[in-house]
Amino acid sequence: MPPTDIKNPDYFHKVVDCQWACPAHTPVPEYIRMIAAGRYSDAYMVNWHSNVFPGVLGRTCDRPCEPACRRGRVEEVTGAPQPVAICRLKRVAADNKSDVKARMPRPATQKNGKRVALIGAGPASLTVARDLLPLGYTVVLYDGDAAAGGMMRTQIPKFRLPETVLDEEVDYILDLEPELRLGQKVNSLKGLLSEDYDAIFVGCGAPRGRELDIPGRKEAKANIHIGIDWLASVSFGHTDKIGKRVIVLGGGNTAMDCCRTSRRLGGDEVTVVVRSGFEEMKASPWEKEDAMHEGIPIHNFLVPKEFLHEDGRLTGVRFEKVKAERDAKGRRNLVPSGEPDTILQCDDVLVAVGQENAFPWIERDIGLQFDKWDMPVVDPATMQSTNPKVFFGGDAAFGPKNIIWAVAHGHDAAISIDLLCQGKPVGLRPPPMVNLSSQKMGIHEWSYDNDISNDNRYKVPHAPIEKTLKNVKMEVELGFDVREAFLEAQRCLNCDIQTVFDTPKCIECDACVDICPMDCITFTGNDPEEELRLHLSAPALHPSQDLYISSALKTGRIMAKDEDLCLHCGLCAERCPTGAWDMQKFLLEAPKTGYACQHR
Amino acid sequence: MTYIVKPKLRHPALPVNKLGFTHRDYEGTVSTLCAGCGHDSISAAIIQACFELAIEPHRVAKLSGIGCSSKTPTYFLGQSHGFNSVHGRMPSVLTGANMANKDLIYLGVSGDGDSASIGLGQFVHCIRRGVNMVYICENNGVYGLTKGQFSATADKGSKSKGGASNMDTPLDLASMAMMVGASFVGRSFSGDKEQMVPLIMAAMRHPGPCFIDIVSPCVAFNNHAGSTKAYDFVRAHNEAVNRLDIMEPRDPITVEYAPGTTEEVALHDGSSLRLAKLDADYDPSDRIMAMAYLQAKAARNELVTGLIYMDRHATDMHANLNTVDVPLNGLSEKDLCPGTKALDAFNASHR
Repeated sequence: MPPTDIKNPDYFHKVVDCQWACPAHTPVPEYIRMIAAGRYSDAYMVNWHSNVFPGVLGRTCDRPCEPACRRGRVEEVTGAPQPVAICRLKRVAADNKSDVKARMPRPATQKNGKRVALIGAGPASLTVARDLLPLGYTVVLYDGDAAAGGMMRTQIPKFRLPETVLDEEVDYILDLEPELRLGQKVNSLKGLLSEDYDAIFVGCGAPRGRELDIPGRKEAKANIHIGIDWLASVSFGHTDKIGKRVIVLGGGNTAMDCCRTSRRLGGDEVTVVVRSGFEEMKASPWEKEDAMHEGIPIHNFLVPKEFLHEDGRLTGVRFEKVKAERDAKGRRNLVPSGEPDTILQCDDVLVAVGQENAFPWIERDIGLQFDKWDMPVVDPATMQSTNPKVFFGGDAAFGPKNIIWAVAHGHDAAISIDLLCQGKPVGLRPPPMVNLSSQKMGIHEWSYDNDISNDNRYKVPHAPIEKTLKNVKMEVELGFDVREAFLEAQRCLNCDIQTVFDTPKCIECDACVDICPMDCITFTGNDPEEELRLHLSAPALHPSQDLYISSALKTGRIMAKDEDLCLHCGLCAERCPTGAWDMQKFLLEAPKTGYACQHR
Repeated sequence: MTYIVKPKLRHPALPVNKLGFTHRDYEGTVSTLCAGCGHDSISAAIIQACFELAIEPHRVAKLSGIGCSSKTPTYFLGQSHGFNSVHGRMPSVLTGANMANKDLIYLGVSGDGDSASIGLGQFVHCIRRGVNMVYICENNGVYGLTKGQFSATADKGSKSKGGASNMDTPLDLASMAMMVGASFVGRSFSGDKEQMVPLIMAAMRHPGPCFIDIVSPCVAFNNHAGSTKAYDFVRAHNEAVNRLDIMEPRDPITVEYAPGTTEEVALHDGSSLRLAKLDADYDPSDRIMAMAYLQAKAARNELVTGLIYMDRHATDMHANLNTVDVPLNGLSEKDLCPGTKALDAFNASHR
């Protein structure tokens, strides 16, 4: 193998699994250390720069970082490996920070004369607004709803995300003084294009809940509701009760929000029914757990066939029992099991079987191409559509994802809009800000706590269920207290503190090999990667995890380190007599428009 | 030294031996020696050897004297018996322990100060008596704990860190061990685990007095140009006469050697020792030749490593003394004081 090029920012970035997995590339270990040190405001600002909504995301994020977390791999020997509770630690920063208003950017004192329209006031558009406003752009924010926040306000129940948390973080952006056109739905993109805008960003989400067109749908429509519309109606206070017996159809996070909201609005017997298996459900595991904890059973392998009704009133749903089978090509199909149909009685049904994009308001003759799925053609790097002035982001760009992806799209679109308005090619992406610096403070003294905690993951305490089920606005999760937050933060392996190897200094004494608790390091003859992976001190199990390879040493051997399971405990550097190993902090900030770059 | 405890987490795919242990289960506490000390590599080799032999930790007694080397038993086999004895007196404590309980595996760990200076008398007599043990000398040529004065194994002409030359004649412990009756003698280098591990494994299976001299650079006081026990010097002047492999009966043969260059030696427990000859003329069963060979090479500044001598018909102290089969500490009061009748019969046999 050729020696590893550690100058390529991607190399060490990949070692920080959580940051690499985060669409917005939030420097996770950096803020977790700040939380452990009680620097909540600093931790909040690190988050705010990257992901704009730390308080919201600390409660609702889909957490792509957690399945990636190295802790979940190194704990495999304990039998119950669990990643660091990254998401809920983020909430700790938001909950415990002091007033950070003074640290927020101020509205631009001088406008640059460029005007940008943002369609939809959800997380993607708000991110674009935050990135462009301090640079002097005039930003006009359109939304059909009366308040900014988009799906964060309409679809996420208040018992998961209190309104005050959302308002605070939306207000940090509204304080930058965009022009608000709330309650004003855009009905024609062509019309907007004819106005005096230098760029338009579409961040309207995926606003249409998928229908379930089976017999009885029309006749019983008074008691059949589309999940996201119903959640929005609850959110704005238009709906405050539901029948005693409720069936929720669908297995995604919206279904989980629907069933838990129903429990709070009078649904005593709420049931979730999914077509496929329990394991295949799209909902995050923790959301399923929370629903079941509230006494909501989840039935699987049942396909709805018919809404049953009497005198225009819904009485139940008939389901066909199915099982999963693999066909000759290995594809998984649901086939009838042959058992008799199941009938579940109910008073109301909530349909949460998916969301769709809908762009009836975008004319098809404005140079904006749509693909065969009727989705706009969008460049995933620049977020630009085939109409150079129009950009997309969030669920509107590539279909339903989640808030953190919307934020990432927003940052990318803001860069593109900024480049476009300066007359530069939007493909010319700015590089990330990268810093690599030694953490050595003295002999065996590091700027970070390298002693590895053996604790298992801490559980976030919940408010008593008797209380939370009575109030649709009462937050269920209480969040970690300061002590729990510290202990959970200590589980973080500081993967951003990199083991950096300086080949000429190595005397091949083997001290690092002997001390490494994870058998990561091997001195061996060089070979092609597949062979090398087999004759390391311990087998390198995950080919997606890189090997760090040195150039040839004095004896002709090389140093090969499997990054996969490194604890970043720094013992290799402590036991190295010549300082060939050093622990260096790799801090990467994903590219953003001028403002954010200047302020780190 | 490192202040933190070595993390308990381990690689999930580590191999386990037939006892279900990984090599991590054979560790001790974290080393307090200087970073890069050769002794730590020897500790790691002992750990690896015990892991591969699937030795039950409670069947090992590790004994040591005083010095950097003699601290190391704390850093391996944390669940074995240990005795950190007086300076240079490890051999007599080991002899006594072995006399009392011959069923344990005795691992004596010492250094060049402990063995070649203050404990030289103990060293030779322990081997002379044929005590069944593995005696490892972690040999760095200096008194590391007292800041690097030449030890008795420092080569003539070797330079100290301050630049002074050693004018005294060195002791070669491997040659002395052969001279006084060791039935297994090896020499190795702490920077070469591939050689150390099988050598230690073979010694642990050898039923007689084994001595392994391991050159182990002192990174703090003896790892500079002019030293003959520095990493660079040993790598440049190390001449291995053979390579060892311990073969379990079921092991597939993975390495092929040219015909006539390997030799299989059956060990008493059914496994065998495979010796790949790197020097075709070297015969490790010929003690006289081995002693001459060592001297000849030493005169040319070359360090002979590998299995230097092995007596295939080794016996030990208990065989020489014709002791009973039961370990002496297992004898009951009744066995030891069989009564007046037995005494009378014994006395009568001498009349």
